[in-house]
Amino acid sequence: MTGRATRTIHVDTLARVEGEGALYIKLVGERVADVKLKIYEPPRFFEAFLRGRHLSEAADITSRICGICPIAYQMSAVHAIERALGVHISPAVRLLRRLFYCGEWIESHTLHVYMLHAPDFLGYADAIAMAKDHRAVVEKALRLKKIGNRIVQLLGGREIHPISAAVGGFYKVPTKRQLRELESDLEWALAASIESVKWTASLEFPAFEQDYEFVALRHPDEYPFNEGRLVSNRGLDIDASEYEDHFAEQHVKHSNALQSVIRGRGSYLVGPLARFNLNFDKLPEAARQAAVDVSLRPPVKNVFRSIVVRAVELVFACAEALRVIREYEPPAAPRVEVHNRIGVGQAITEAPRGILYHRYALDDKGMIVTAKIVPPTSQNQKRIEDDLREYAAQLVAWPVEEATWKCEQAIRSYDPCISCATHFLKLTVDHEGSSD
Amino acid sequence: MSSDAKHKPRVDKPTIDKPRIGVFKFASCDGCQLSLLDAEDEMLAVAGAVEIAYFPEASSAMLKGPYDMGLVEGSVTTYHDAQRIQEVRRQCKTLITIGACATAGGIQALRNWKDVDEFIRVVYATPQFISTLKLSTPIAEHVPVDFELRGCPINKHQLLELITATLAGRKPNIPSYSVCIECKRKANVCIAVARGIPCLGPVTQAGCGALCPSYDRGCYGCYGPMESPNTTSMSSQFRILGQADSQIVRAFRGFNAWAWQFRKASEECER
Repeated sequence: MTGRATRTIHVDTLARVEGEGALYIKLVGERVADVKLKIYEPPRFFEAFLRGRHLSEAADITSRICGICPIAYQMSAVHAIERALGVHISPAVRLLRRLFYCGEWIESHTLHVYMLHAPDFLGYADAIAMAKDHRAVVEKALRLKKIGNRIVQLLGGREIHPISAAVGGFYKVPTKRQLRELESDLEWALAASIESVKWTASLEFPAFEQDYEFVALRHPDEYPFNEGRLVSNRGLDIDASEYEDHFAEQHVKHSNALQSVIRGRGSYLVGPLARFNLNFDKLPEAARQAAVDVSLRPPVKNVFRSIVVRAVELVFACAEALRVIREYEPPAAPRVEVHNRIGVGQAITEAPRGILYHRYALDDKGMIVTAKIVPPTSQNQKRIEDDLREYAAQLVAWPVEEATWKCEQAIRSYDPCISCATHFLKLTVDHEGSSD
Repeated sequence: MSSDAKHKPRVDKPTIDKPRIGVFKFASCDGCQLSLLDAEDEMLAVAGAVEIAYFPEASSAMLKGPYDMGLVEGSVTTYHDAQRIQEVRRQCKTLITIGACATAGGIQALRNWKDVDEFIRVVYATPQFISTLKLSTPIAEHVPVDFELRGCPINKHQLLELITATLAGRKPNIPSYSVCIECKRKANVCIAVARGIPCLGPVTQAGCGALCPSYDRGCYGCYGPMESPNTTSMSSQFRILGQADSQIVRAFRGFNAWAWQFRKASEECER
């Protein structure tokens, strides 16, 4: 038999993930000897060239880290700088920022659920091939995605790298009527999202439960976007300013992304599962009911089921967007005035893929002295490797080609964004000598 | 719902001669290729008219070249990528670069004025693990390019026009005039003249729809230089509006910093 045989699983270019990565797994007999999530996306050095730029440029520059979640970068940037400057935004701006984030979550989650992840469950190479047999599903997804993008476009001018986020508020805010025009589309989107929960819940999931430390924001009254304390299911409960006391980044040779760990405990999981498990009680009724209707309750410990959780978060984002557009009264001014001062500010917001940490040190002229950015995929990277070590062990008896395909699917469950993490992915499975 | 998803899906062989398109990524944020997926109304129609043969971000079916049309996103920043673009060029009958990274080196070209080794030390604890080139350069510095589509990010309607025109063998209708023309068409009041807000609109190529001025802020040049930009005059105008040379340098050193006209303008202000 293959008792001592060494085999490898290799994926040179991971598909349907944002950015460039590869996977390498080495199997010696029945044992998983090595797992490397390789990130060969070239480094772009954002933290270095933010030094010496003006604080007003941080949102525009950092949004270019990621074309899929630019709003997350803009939100973490403006909130961190506002904290450094002691700026308090108006309640109307706070609402608009939540709406802005709803748009990004709807666009990004729909992209992942239907176009990047669903083809794995149904056995297609992509959404276009899937559309041949499931045209109505793909058309519904495109309409839902477009509604998310429409929100972003209205508030930010364009879907990718929107231009309106500013320290203190926005450059320009919409009228009540402009927001109300989104209402009928959002009512359709809410219903479509509830159907998405049922549809995703009917897929078949591998049995793979892990004991995670989930990390997410938690706010007393709301499902989190821009505010809250950073909490975990193992007792973490800190302010953003304490983040670097509790988390460390490691630089490993096989990756252009820094891997993040909780000091003294190791890997952890951020993103939809973490948010859902830690904030289930804060979901609006429609989202909680949609989850309960498909027997989805916390703790969800199977990362393959994240597709269902993303669909629940779609329900949340549509319901929250409807709430905002119904409550909105335009602010007296689009943004509050800001005054330069020496200071350091940190902020954490919930990007579609999980928490995004920014820290800026500013001088008295409003210039950035130092910047630090920890994207969600860096934080999940070590956890992905840990999971693959467990998952590959279940697949040792499988033919390499099928094992490889399953490992790729496992990675996609995290919705990794490699472009973000580089400051971040490639699969190789290595079985040493296969005959015996 | 069940299906046999154990195996990597088999890819259907195309039965008719549809043009084959490949989408290639270099150093970038993925935003420009995402524009294809953001064309929600047109995506299925485009997919019906062409064969998307290579597009790893959207599909696990990665078919070998040659390709009739290659869309290249991102700039060249590593030795490996400098080699890879040569192979991509050999595989593509028509090569189109999309976005500020591919056409001008992108925001990561800010390293071109700095010591890249110092940049590595700022970001990475173990600098010897990182391999990168000293410069971030546009694709056209490495291989001949058939058309450069500007923008950070590109405009998806321009991308669809470009794909359609290229497949039809006609010249794409993509203007090279300035953002000012778009402001005039939208009947925007000029924010530079009326409110004294510094604006790069006069030297920046149109394509965004004059977004920033329409949102009460100055254009920051994300579509790069228009065909004949008078950057010297632009700098003078910025000075009249009270901008220091260091601010003008930063204005030109944005997402198209390495485009030669903007590069010249920023370096003039440093002298």
